[in-house]
Amino acid sequence: MTAPPIEDLLRELAPQVLGTLIRRHGRFEECEDAVQEALLAATVQWPAEGVPDNPRGWLVTVASRRLIDQIRSEHARRERETATATAETVPEDVPDTDDTLVLLFLCCHPTLTPASQTALTLRAVGGLTTAEIARAFLVPEATMAARISRAKQRIKAAGSSFGLPEGPEREERLRVVLHVLYLVFNEGYTASSGSELHRADLAHEAIRLTRMVHAQLPDDGEVAGLLALMLLTHARRTARTTATGDLVPLDEQDRTRWDREMIDEGLELVKASLAGPALGPYQLQAAIAATHAAAATAAETDWRQVHALYLILGRIAPNPMVTLNRAIALAEVEGPAAGLDLLSTLDGDERMAGHHRLLSVRAHLLEKTGDAAGAYEHYRRAAKATASIAEQRYLESRAGRLRT
Amino acid sequence: MQFLISMHINPAVLDALTDEEKTAIGDGHGRFIEMLKRSGELITTQALADPSQAAVVSVRNGQPVVTDGPFLEAKEYLGGFYLVDCENKERAIELAAQIPDAAVEGLGIEVRQVMFADGQLEM
Repeated sequence: MTAPPIEDLLRELAPQVLGTLIRRHGRFEECEDAVQEALLAATVQWPAEGVPDNPRGWLVTVASRRLIDQIRSEHARRERETATATAETVPEDVPDTDDTLVLLFLCCHPTLTPASQTALTLRAVGGLTTAEIARAFLVPEATMAARISRAKQRIKAAGSSFGLPEGPEREERLRVVLHVLYLVFNEGYTASSGSELHRADLAHEAIRLTRMVHAQLPDDGEVAGLLALMLLTHARRTARTTATGDLVPLDEQDRTRWDREMIDEGLELVKASLAGPALGPYQLQAAIAATHAAAATAAETDWRQVHALYLILGRIAPNPMVTLNRAIALAEVEGPAAGLDLLSTLDGDERMAGHHRLLSVRAHLLEKTGDAAGAYEHYRRAAKATASIAEQRYLESRAGRLRT
Repeated sequence: MQFLISMHINPAVLDALTDEEKTAIGDGHGRFIEMLKRSGELITTQALADPSQAAVVSVRNGQPVVTDGPFLEAKEYLGGFYLVDCENKERAIELAAQIPDAAVEGLGIEVRQVMFADGQLEM
């Protein structure tokens, strides 16, 4: 299953080389073409002649030459081959700084929609082909190609600088980057539509990219938190569905099937990041996932801690979904009636009106209070409201158990 | 998120339109398609032949039985659809509002999220 080492190396180096070129020359589209050509040259030459001592330097040099050839021939075509082309010379030195981060910030440019940021990140930083991205998001290749090309035009039009932003802007832009990585992971974890619950390739890719950002910014607690959250969630993937694709809720999962290695890495990251100065939403979500991961059985879950963490999360990042999750924890600590009381505070929130998660959590808590008729009704409504077939099947089966 | 934006047409309403109005609707669809292609949101669009040409198929005692359609006698019929991939339901509704039919009394546009998809998307 593992890719040949040269392929892995090229995949890791490609965004660094592209980042370096873009930082020097701008011209996203042209740089991308030049890097593609350099990668192609490497896949032909390296297996035969051996990997050069400085593979990144080799790729930067080859790609820069291609880029300059391309710029020159462009100028020639326009019959004004003059000094401008020669002005862009290739600096021979290759700095040690990793330009992947520069590229990632650029792809997650705030003027782009999340869908475009995601697509461009997977294309330019992840090195996925447009066809692969299109398949992952279940759209035609032409649709994805249009989205990516439009994203590049927008970045060009925004006149973005190609360096790393500084100060508060950097902080803000990093949040966007993390959100995009989170979206990629989620897309891989639960397909927003369709019957396939796991699209593991996207989840893997999100973890790989987040790992890369973490390596660059090891002291950023939120980066570590996001990586931990992904690992702790992904560790449960095989236990999350039955062989026939049916959903298994957390409390019914076979915990021996959780990926222990991934959990240990996640727990370690959470522990380290919680020692930092300020807590962010990803760190808190990771801490909640860690609390679940630390329980050998569902009955041993420290619900008081889960509840406390949701309480803090709700304070720093108020969101009806957090209240919803806190209601589940509160029901475990103080009983289902307390959970239902908290849920009723969401009734006036139009973001949640008719939302399948609100309906399904209420159904679940009603079931616990012994109100079978109310639970049945809410499971049925939730099943109608969801756009996921796996979830719908699960909710229908819960409703089915209550029909007498 | 993927949405099917379906167009429910009423042949009587369409017949009552002037030639200019019909042309304007056709041009409006052309511009809408171009816009969707540029934004990277169009998956596919199709228009259907007249409902009077429909065949209704059923199987009785293991034998297919084919009768003249349409299946439902109604004033409005499915005339065609756009299958789009966009940010969220709000955007799908915003797109639907740009379809020229939406401005014509008696023609209906409906937006529904896609729940399952399979098959070859490339044409």
